[in-house]
Amino acid sequence: MPVLPEVILAGMVCVILLIDPFLPKSGRTLSYVLSLATLVVLFAVTVFGMSPEVRLSFGGMVVNDPMSDLMKLALYAGLALVLILSRGYLKDRGIDQGEYYMLALSGLLGMMILVSANHLLLIYLGLELMSLSMYAMTALKRDDGRASEAAMKYFVLGALASGLLLYGMSLLYGVTGGHLMLTDIAQAVSTGPSSLALKTAVVFIVIGAIFKLGVAPFHMWLPDVYEGAPTAVTLYLATIPKIAALAMLLRLLVDGMGGLMVDWQPILIVTAMLSMALGNVVAIAQISFKRMLTYSTVSHVGFVMLGVLAGTEAGYSAALFYTLAYVVMSLGGFGMILLLARQGYEAEQLDDLRGLNDRSPVMAFVFLLLMFSMAGIPFTLGFWAKLAVLQAVVGVGLTWLAVFAVITSVIGAFYYLRAVKFVYFDEPIDRSAVNSAWSVRGVLAVTGLIVLGLGLYPSWLTGLTAQAFGG
Amino acid sequence: MISLSQFLIFGAMLFSISVAGIFLNRKNVLILLMAIELMLLAVNVNFIAFSHFLGDINGQVFVFFVLTVAAAEAAIGLAILVTLFRNRRTINVEDLTAMKG
Repeated sequence: MPVLPEVILAGMVCVILLIDPFLPKSGRTLSYVLSLATLVVLFAVTVFGMSPEVRLSFGGMVVNDPMSDLMKLALYAGLALVLILSRGYLKDRGIDQGEYYMLALSGLLGMMILVSANHLLLIYLGLELMSLSMYAMTALKRDDGRASEAAMKYFVLGALASGLLLYGMSLLYGVTGGHLMLTDIAQAVSTGPSSLALKTAVVFIVIGAIFKLGVAPFHMWLPDVYEGAPTAVTLYLATIPKIAALAMLLRLLVDGMGGLMVDWQPILIVTAMLSMALGNVVAIAQISFKRMLTYSTVSHVGFVMLGVLAGTEAGYSAALFYTLAYVVMSLGGFGMILLLARQGYEAEQLDDLRGLNDRSPVMAFVFLLLMFSMAGIPFTLGFWAKLAVLQAVVGVGLTWLAVFAVITSVIGAFYYLRAVKFVYFDEPIDRSAVNSAWSVRGVLAVTGLIVLGLGLYPSWLTGLTAQAFGG
Repeated sequence: MISLSQFLIFGAMLFSISVAGIFLNRKNVLILLMAIELMLLAVNVNFIAFSHFLGDINGQVFVFFVLTVAAAEAAIGLAILVTLFRNRRTINVEDLTAMKG
């Protein structure tokens, strides 16, 4: 059955929601264990159902192809790591509620639908299921004014983005003569004449889609939301939804409107350039580590755009490679805040990193690896990710864009290395040893190992992402 | 007989009003929520007009889903609004400035 993972997940969301009222006030261990178990089962089911050909079901509305399989596996693994990292933080702040697990899983369901959607309606529903879960998660800490404010901003701007996307979809529906299926739209678009209405539809859809990724100039919600949300929620928002947003962009632009590449490519070029430049420059000015990572996210999604706008199979697989690398790095980056935070203390500032090497040499080394990888220093995962997208844009003759990207990433290297300098060469403000749970340290060590291991042997992941696009 | 383009112009006008409402409104968060609803309704006008003039029922089915999602969205938006008011004792847009930069 092609949608078996989605069905299992929907069932488990209901189960976790139902058992929650019967659990003791003190802990949500059962919800936590059930969530992780669900992810393991989903992983097994998806691996078992994998196949290299494209499988359509539900009258063509749902598509399962190598890209969706790989993305789903990455979503499960990413969410499992997010849950393990978040557990202690949630407990310490009294927000270890069943809602967190239930919303995280229903958001995952939305992402899975988005990844497998071949129909405008499914794309919209998947997107909304994901977004609504994330709005609610942002406001999870009900007595925190900053979290409520962040949730409100996120909600209003997210709803605006959905509205723009939907308006574009309605125009596309009319202009293509009543088609909602992406494959039909692709056919109608490539045979029919190009009109102003079609171009308008493209603009609205592209804006709506890149809004969710956080590409400049539609990034204005990102810093406030990531800063205001509890760090455990930020960790969720900043990692796996980017995979789903990339899937949505690829499905809409490539599967649906591949014939209109001349129309959407310039938009993506401009937004990618803005994103890389703005993200890297503004990050330098931040004193909050959390905000610095947020602006670094803006620059990373700019690099992902480079792969998409190349418009070749190599470009798409490079974009996917970059996104997966970004998810690992960002798990580690925001995870560092969780590592240093303790009950009643948030550790969000750059100053909190000072002298980490004296407090925990292993974690300091993991931090160094993560920052080097984000900066794109050779023989880390981030280097190969940057190299792949740059090769893709050079491959289609946009060498000037690659040069621009390299210049911005050199600027960006400054603030990553400054953070490393804080960790290794500054005196700690707080000398106490880092005493987070072993699970947090374990997951962070795993992200460090992935960044280093795949940095030395990137061919495994390169092969997987190339296979995802039939390479 | 009202033509398709008149419906589309009507939809575009509603859509523009709602976007303007989101960006120009500096007073009340409730008005933002209303503008968001208006935006979804503008989209619905488009879908129904296309659906009618193209003789294709799928557009109207889409509208039902949009309406349902809009209801869920309003529920979440109002819930967030309540927590915001509890914490801040205000729902003035200009007061939402705890985070900047």
